[in-house]
Amino acid sequence: MPIKVMIPTPLRPYTENKDTLEVEGQTIKELLDNMVSKYPQLKRHLFSEDGRLRSFINIYVNDEDIRYLDAEDTKVGENDIVSIIPAIAGGN
Amino acid sequence: MDGEVLRTDFLNLQAGKVELTREEFLRYGRHLIMPEVGLKGQKKLKSASVLIVGAGGLGSPLAFYLTAAGVGRIGIVDFDVVDLSNLQRQIIHTTKDVGRSKLESAKEKLEALNPNVKIETYETRLTSENALEIIKDYDIIIDGTDNFPTRYLVNDACVLLKKPNVYGSIFRFEGQASVFYAEFGPCYRCLYQEPPPPGLVPSCAEGGVLGVLPGIIGTIQALEAIKLILGVGEPLIGKLLLFDALKMKFREVKLRKNPQCPICGENPTIKDLIDYEAFCGVMPEQILHETGLEITAEELKAKLENGEDIILIDVREPHEYEINRIQGSILIPLSRLAEEVNKLDQTREVVLYCKMGGRSARAVQFLRELGFTRVKNLAGGIDAWIEKIDPSMPRY
Repeated sequence: MPIKVMIPTPLRPYTENKDTLEVEGQTIKELLDNMVSKYPQLKRHLFSEDGRLRSFINIYVNDEDIRYLDAEDTKVGENDIVSIIPAIAGGN
Repeated sequence: MDGEVLRTDFLNLQAGKVELTREEFLRYGRHLIMPEVGLKGQKKLKSASVLIVGAGGLGSPLAFYLTAAGVGRIGIVDFDVVDLSNLQRQIIHTTKDVGRSKLESAKEKLEALNPNVKIETYETRLTSENALEIIKDYDIIIDGTDNFPTRYLVNDACVLLKKPNVYGSIFRFEGQASVFYAEFGPCYRCLYQEPPPPGLVPSCAEGGVLGVLPGIIGTIQALEAIKLILGVGEPLIGKLLLFDALKMKFREVKLRKNPQCPICGENPTIKDLIDYEAFCGVMPEQILHETGLEITAEELKAKLENGEDIILIDVREPHEYEINRIQGSILIPLSRLAEEVNKLDQTREVVLYCKMGGRSARAVQFLRELGFTRVKNLAGGIDAWIEKIDPSMPRY
């Protein structure tokens, strides 16, 4: 059952400009792995060189930050919406 | 939320010993007849002080609405002058202000709108040296800046001084807003412990921003500030509001206070302001400048005129290439460079450029990692080329 993943504007150049992806996976880790294998350029934007999720990228399942759930082991199901929310700084 | 009473009076501001004049009764009439504001609320507004950091895209609508609403004292920090390319979104400035100090221009408009408001200006960059001194005299701080170092600086100064930080940021068609108030909820570092490596996330100058977007996010910030002053409604403390202009969708996610937060957590390690430029890292173009891996517009022109064998690559997007380009360049947008790199000859000299030199600096670093040794960045990008070599080219 594919899960809906919302892609923020700064990452869309790496997902063929798609704002939403339908990705297979039962945990956040599986979703991210599948996304990166389909869109390899996402990798360096999501993960640092040691393979950890970058600290300026937060991932939410519905309205909850996975850091306060089970991090990348957080399970996802049919009706969940996963959002990637990066830090943006523009204001001028 | 079982039985939880929603708190509204976080800031607990009191109306000072102020009175409204006859002119003010009439001016604020639409506020005075609402029970949520009323005479008491209007006096709270008049007694309140708000500091706006940045008189740009977010700062323009913010300053206008807070001034119109009758906030007693408004401070603005900025050091820039008005540029023609600001006017697409910075609505407080007009065409005749181009070249003027942004503060001078803003102050004039705000005083014309509401002479009852005291406008204080700080013509300086906010730094670790001056931030606490400037911020301490205000009830609420509003972050309308455009870069990560200043955002972390504003956050940390607000946490240390126990002030609310009304946050907003924008990129292209997307905006975020929140109220960081460490006394009652999370701060910006709870949300993002560290900034992205310099250059990885494009700025608005590089990535663009729809002119209306700062209008929407800036007015949300003004609204949050006014709610905090009045002590009404539910402020965005512990919530991050996300706005997608293309889908016309607002969403909200929960923010939690991070017990390990280095400044507002249980065992804070940051007790004073730090060096935010160092914390956020050196921009790639700066590194290339310091290591001599860049070429000036004049040097490039000389090489091209001498007929030297150079691959000149424009790493901007196709819609930017349509506006202007250096003759003889080929277009390979940064996002496609990894796919197209096989077509490039490693033994030839390569010069990369973009609009201002940021994206092409990342491209230079990428090619060097792949083993290209004769690759350089055009310092200042096509903007510098236009300024120094070909002023007839359109600028954007």
